[in-house]
Amino acid sequence: MIVVVIICAVLLTISAGLALVRAEKGPSMLDRTIALDIVTSTIVGAIALEAAWSRRIDTVPILVAVALVGFVGSVTIARFASVEPEGEGRVLTREEIAAAESERLDAETTALESSDPEHHGGPAQGEVRE
Amino acid sequence: MNETLDVVLDVLAAVCLLGGAVLTLAAGVGLVRFPDLLARMHTATKPQVLGLILMMLGLALRLRSGPVMWMLLLVALFQMLTSPVAAHMVARAGYRTGKVRKELLVVDELTRDLELAHAEVAQAEVAQSAPDRAAQDEADPPARADQDGDGPVS
Repeated sequence: MIVVVIICAVLLTISAGLALVRAEKGPSMLDRTIALDIVTSTIVGAIALEAAWSRRIDTVPILVAVALVGFVGSVTIARFASVEPEGEGRVLTREEIAAAESERLDAETTALESSDPEHHGGPAQGEVRE
Repeated sequence: MNETLDVVLDVLAAVCLLGGAVLTLAAGVGLVRFPDLLARMHTATKPQVLGLILMMLGLALRLRSGPVMWMLLLVALFQMLTSPVAAHMVARAGYRTGKVRKELLVVDELTRDLELAHAEVAQAEVAQSAPDRAAQDEADPPARADQDGDGPVS
């Protein structure tokens, strides 16, 4: 039995890992929702596997609860899904974040310098600065 | 006799658990490999639910107690009830937000039906607005000069 349990655990882990890969890559929110659905089902499978290995019955109610609640997340997200801008659904790399940040800072400083040269580029009206 | 039955049931349970785990793995692989939202949705429902049902069957064969069996049946039932709902919602949202890649579809009945329905609605509006306008012109002749040049109100 222990061999079967180990094999099953490895397969379930690989499956959850692949689902997480899709959740990271997924071009849209809905792809990520599906991936997290699969992760939930994998968790149900893992709990069932553990219960089968140790012949315990006290974790079975958890299975019922997770199976019932698991779909609420995807239905909610699907209900409120809207059109996402192109290229928005992607995790930015470190360089891209740095580039965007420096661009923003540059824009801020040029706006500050050009707005009021007489007052040495003082802060914009209503802006709180330390 | 009883011991052999135990061994047989345990082996059956092991086979069911292995099958369930393999199907879950198939769902994970499909999720990564498939090209678009609808195909991924299909991996998330079919192999996933069958795998979960097999795992529940394996667990029931291993635990062999009445009340637990009912709860596991309930789990399988909930999965079969809820995963089509979730898949339907995801597919609907995907179609409406343009996540469906049309070139990968063999049949696209929804787009065809929607176009037909739009055409019917447009025809009905044209047919409805024409007699309306005639009746209005008859009842109110001086206004006709003002209305000339305007398109049909629809």
